[in-house]
Amino acid sequence: MKRQELLVAALENGTVIDHIPSNKLFEVVNLLHLEQMKTSITVGYNLKSKKMGHKSIIKIAGKFFSDEELNQLAVVSPNVTLCIIKDYEVVEKKEVFLPNELKGIVKCANPKCITNNEPMKTYFHTVEGKDGVLRCHYCNKEVDLDHVKLV
Amino acid sequence: MENRSLVTIADHSKEKIMYLIRMAEEFEKHTNRKLLEGKVVATLFFEPSTRTRLSFETAANRLGARVIGFTDPKVTSSTKGETLKDTIMMVSNYADLIVMRHYLEGAARYASEVSPVPIINAGDGANQHPSQTMLDIYSIYKTQGTLDDLNIYMVGDLKYGRTVHSLLMAMRHFNPTFHFIAPEELKMPDVYKQYCDIHHIKYVEHTDFTADTIADADILYMTRVQKERFTDLMEYERVKDLYLLKLPMLKRAKDNMRILHPLPRVNEIEYAIDDDPHAYYFEQARNGLFARQALICDALGITLDDVTNDHTIID
Ligand SMILES: [Zn+2]
Repeated sequence: MKRQELLVAALENGTVIDHIPSNKLFEVVNLLHLEQMKTSITVGYNLKSKKMGHKSIIKIAGKFFSDEELNQLAVVSPNVTLCIIKDYEVVEKKEVFLPNELKGIVKCANPKCITNNEPMKTYFHTVEGKDGVLRCHYCNKEVDLDHVKLV
Repeated sequence: MENRSLVTIADHSKEKIMYLIRMAEEFEKHTNRKLLEGKVVATLFFEPSTRTRLSFETAANRLGARVIGFTDPKVTSSTKGETLKDTIMMVSNYADLIVMRHYLEGAARYASEVSPVPIINAGDGANQHPSQTMLDIYSIYKTQGTLDDLNIYMVGDLKYGRTVHSLLMAMRHFNPTFHFIAPEELKMPDVYKQYCDIHHIKYVEHTDFTADTIADADILYMTRVQKERFTDLMEYERVKDLYLLKLPMLKRAKDNMRILHPLPRVNEIEYAIDDDPHAYYFEQARNGLFARQALICDALGITLDDVTNDHTIID
């Protein structure tokens, strides 16, 4: 247990994103545009997890995200947990919730959709009465969250 | 500015649909007017559809508007790589209203978001075709005297037939009972059956198409069964004549029953039926003129009051 913790550096201030399914790690990185960040980021990949078998974890120093940014993660890994760290202490724990509207995040699977043929942002809504389903604002095609592709 | 564009009729309230029917009735009474004198209507057909374009252009012309536009993408800049947005922005400098048909789904919604003038969707791929839906609803209302509590039978290609999908959604306010009659390969998609469930719309599915199945119909909505929709051509050969409406099948039909078809027909309705009093598909197409006059005026901010108190009537 102690050994595992040593693998990822302790954080003075920042955000920890835990319980990321390892196959979704890079999508999380992309969604939060971590590759463009200047602060130090520690990534733990394929760590052992009692809950999930294997998981990944990301620690981002000196960065606090808005709920809007974090809730995008619900598209790829709805069960991540978030810890906000200040002075080495966990000051807040959060879960993510799928927003009712997603702009510029999910790609429409319909090749005949205008969003795949025009330089523009995609736009999806959640569907009333259908959990885990998104509907394209433009072509009305529905897509299962399990099958979404990111833009 | 309020966006007066018409992208889909599925979002319209019951009151709005009835309001548009009243307006279409006024235009049916007096079709030729100068109500739109001084207005320019653009018809942008990124995909050809002669029928729909003629209907819209006649609707605008008979109200005194001038019409500009193009039909074939080959003669426009859209093949030179210009975006839809750029084309719409250019045309909106010239026209008060843009009627557009596009092969891409969602094109009209997007155009309505970027355009400073209202957009009317004249069909966007397999997605929506609200003016067809409006004329279907107007035809149902005219022939039945009501939209409430009707038995609506949809026959043929219910999988790809966008007109039946739009009609289904628009009728949700009026407590219909739908009967879906289609071959296995062209069944009503689950997503529309779920829509019915969510909105408490009753429906029954059939694969047989006989005098008995349709005896309770108020509306028999026929669609084309197209060969190219089938993955299995043997299956097409087997079913193509099963969904053909023949005269003897009407022997048990209710007197008020009317046969609708979005046209063009291929072989779904036997020609002998054309003279039968249940046939309504040619009048239905004519209703498209009045329905489109109503949609054009509504998009331009002209109200039912304006139409009722119009002093520009010609005939
Ligand atoms: Zn789409």
